[in-house]
Amino acid sequence: MEGSLKYLLQKEFIQFRRNKFLPRLIFFFPVVVMLIAPIVANMDVKGVKVAFVDYDGSSLSGKMVSHLDASEYFKVALASPNYEKAYELLEDGKVDVIVTVPAHFEAGIIGGTKPKIKVDANGVNATKGMLGSRYVMASLAGTLQEAAAGMGMGLSSENNLSVCYFYNPTQDYRRFMAPGFILLLVMLVCCFIPALNLVLEKEKGTIEQINVTPVTTFEFTLSKLIPYWIIGLVVLTEGILTIGLIYGLWPAGSWGALYLAAVLFSLAMSGFGVAIAGGSDTMQQCIFVLFFFVMIFMLMSGLFTPVGSMPSWAQKVTYAFPPRHFIDILRSVYLKGTTMAELWVSYLALGILAVLFCSLSALTYKKRG
Amino acid sequence: MQIRLSSFVKKEILHIFRDKRTMLVAILIPVTLILLFGFTVSTDINNIDFAVCAPHRSEAVARGVDKLSFSPYFTFRGYIPQNDIDRTLRTGKASAVLVFAQDYAESGKMQVVVDGADVNAAATSAAYVGNVLQDSGAAQALFEMHVLYNPELRSSYNFIPGILGMILLLICTMMTSVSIVREKETGTMEVLLVSPVKPLYIIISKMVPYLILGAIDLALILVMARFVLGVPLSGGVGGIILVSLVYIVLSLALGLMVSNIAGSQIVALLLSAMVMMLPVLFFSGLLFPVENLPWVFRWISYVIPARWYIDAMRKMMIEGMALSGVFLEVGILVAEMLALIAASTKRFNDRLE
Amino acid sequence: MPEAITVHNLTKKFGDFTAVDAISFSVGKGEIFGFLGANGAGKTTAMRMLCGLSYPTSGGGSVAGWDIVRDGEQIKRHIGYMSQRFSLYEDLTVFENMRLYGGIYGMGKADIAKRSAELLEKVSFSAHRDSLVGALPLGWKQKLAFLVATMHSPEIVFLDEPTGGVDPITRRQVWDMIRGAAADGTTIFVTTHYMDEAAWCDRVCIMVDGKIKAMDVPEKLLEAFRAKDMNEVFVKLCR
Repeated sequence: MEGSLKYLLQKEFIQFRRNKFLPRLIFFFPVVVMLIAPIVANMDVKGVKVAFVDYDGSSLSGKMVSHLDASEYFKVALASPNYEKAYELLEDGKVDVIVTVPAHFEAGIIGGTKPKIKVDANGVNATKGMLGSRYVMASLAGTLQEAAAGMGMGLSSENNLSVCYFYNPTQDYRRFMAPGFILLLVMLVCCFIPALNLVLEKEKGTIEQINVTPVTTFEFTLSKLIPYWIIGLVVLTEGILTIGLIYGLWPAGSWGALYLAAVLFSLAMSGFGVAIAGGSDTMQQCIFVLFFFVMIFMLMSGLFTPVGSMPSWAQKVTYAFPPRHFIDILRSVYLKGTTMAELWVSYLALGILAVLFCSLSALTYKKRG
Repeated sequence: MQIRLSSFVKKEILHIFRDKRTMLVAILIPVTLILLFGFTVSTDINNIDFAVCAPHRSEAVARGVDKLSFSPYFTFRGYIPQNDIDRTLRTGKASAVLVFAQDYAESGKMQVVVDGADVNAAATSAAYVGNVLQDSGAAQALFEMHVLYNPELRSSYNFIPGILGMILLLICTMMTSVSIVREKETGTMEVLLVSPVKPLYIIISKMVPYLILGAIDLALILVMARFVLGVPLSGGVGGIILVSLVYIVLSLALGLMVSNIAGSQIVALLLSAMVMMLPVLFFSGLLFPVENLPWVFRWISYVIPARWYIDAMRKMMIEGMALSGVFLEVGILVAEMLALIAASTKRFNDRLE
Repeated sequence: MPEAITVHNLTKKFGDFTAVDAISFSVGKGEIFGFLGANGAGKTTAMRMLCGLSYPTSGGGSVAGWDIVRDGEQIKRHIGYMSQRFSLYEDLTVFENMRLYGGIYGMGKADIAKRSAELLEKVSFSAHRDSLVGALPLGWKQKLAFLVATMHSPEIVFLDEPTGGVDPITRRQVWDMIRGAAADGTTIFVTTHYMDEAAWCDRVCIMVDGKIKAMDVPEKLLEAFRAKDMNEVFVKLCR
């Protein structure tokens, strides 16, 4: 009957409160993850493996290699006058950068013939290869300048190309990943738990007693979702506060933008979870199927690797994944201060997906078999 | 007793293999993961949208812009005024803005303003720009830079061991624990315990289907790695299988351990996910390099079996080391496996009383 | 007087297995109608179709005046149900379960309070009003399930093996509750595999392999089969 929703919600909250495990999990876990995760998720470039191919064998080249070796950023994996060997190692991924000093290099520097050092970077591993090569060159340039000064030569040290990083000046990887972990948490809470909750009722048989009443699919589904939307917002708040207090990272943009996005995202993912649960008979099935889809969503959403790196067909497919839009919004609002208006495409997409998945969830749960 | 055990095992196998949906997904997960990592997920930047801010658009500036536009990795998005830089980057119209100094033609001074929000992309974008615009700058000029772009596929090698570790953990630990706890929850466990078969055999029979599933997934992943992604597997497939089997048994024992502690299926699931999968995700070197971890977490990673398994697999699958080269890792795995078996069976037997 | 339940050629097939084979019967208002048969005879399957829990493969009927195929949701407003497997919330208290279902059926807060107090008092269970259902012994769980099924005073109550697995005293108590409800005018549709419970029904029908093999007032069945109790009738039917 009308008004059943009120009673169903009451039941859900009582059950949640009485559960020994779930409330504690939901409220402490985010904090723990937020503390650990950003520390761990650190992709700074350290230990770049360098192969130093020295055809010169001069004191200059000797200085260059020892400076490299001394730095904690580099590991000189190979120092030998054999380019082929170094190339092999690079191909096998054992070396990220090859530095080749040509013969008579020192002589050429002194004589002013501007000899060139060849730097090969392994482009496959963009961070280590590309970044690594720039660090290597910076280190070598530094050594050269020092040496040049010592030899009484002037080597212009102008670095004509400067790089400025907007929005994350320190390029702190944690700032980049932190919003992503918020997404993970909200998803765990809003997608998995309501879904499993529903399948549990199926397994226990309590759902049959509900099916025989006039309660509509709509009311019952809502009663399963609403508590977790609320909890999702609580988790979001926890996440934002933890990140802010511990890492000093506060959203550059409006909190409202974040909350609206979280609401839409929870709607979409919980609808999705319940849709899967409605079609599952056992927890096992539900877990497997959910894990399968969520895994695809996560990997292709831009959380770990850029969407722009994927083939264009894959990029188009991600428009159907709620996490993709949520991550866009989270990062843009958190780090760049982008406004809701500027992100309207992402919000619209989330909204459409929310409607889609919630409708799906009403379809898969059948009161009558 | 042998006959009875095998009939239990048969029952458990039928249970799982009749569940078509679970079977389908159990096969699809590894296949999809491999395809994803092999063909879609990567950190290579294929395209950088850039805008240009140049108060004095000289010939030199135009040449610089052309040079970049000419590269397939850059797309020119137009000239913008200085005060538009923030908005351009914020709205994502461009992810980099090249600011040419007033006297660029003479000094060659310029700045690349990069959208730093996506740290991966930012650093790489800056590096690309630098590479293309290798101009003056004396010390710089001494370098001749080549970037070797290996075929996309190679970067996926690194993920295969991690994928293996994760999947086996999912199937052998998480699903096993959920399955055992399910039996406890529905009360059918008591029925089984009353039968003349030793309780331990009942548990073993519960684990067998997941062992088989794990083995199937292992085979699937190895085959796909070899023939679809071209991973050499030069260390000898036999060694790889052997080590994987140790890891599988270890994960099963872990699943039993979790089921001893968990009172309900949801708890078993969440326990497995939190205590197992997340630490593995974070500390085992699957996604994030271990060498970057602060020492506290590095100690944790020494304990996690997945870390040793993934190391061993990397060495054997990609670097082509034979079994002998991974004695340390295998030794630790075997030790952990035995310890877990002992602990979980003891715990299980204790709980029975 | 319109019947509470009428059924015409009701059939349910699962693949090529016919669980319920073209059964027809009717149940009058206020009757206690017993659906007897062995486990697997099709009793629960038939009942689930009448309650709107599953769709018939063919055939039809009406419950409380509503068509069972088209108006399943309407039927649900007028019936109570007690499933074979205990299906109340074990992590809720006795009262919380009653309040939930009372509310679902549209009872007001005051009504719920009054009715639940009444019902609990009748079975001397008021002291356990705030006990968690999961902690109750099986016999009390069954009785509670019956209370919840009749909480909203429905026209018809469907009971699927209400006395399954309980001790003889509890069995007696449950049947006292059933007869009490019938005396108030509620129609009772009950399935059971205990043949002796037939004696407490107004009419019984015996199902064998999905078909109705016998249907009548208990005494007349005993006469017809020259049996001294329903067990014998059943055994004779199965030959």
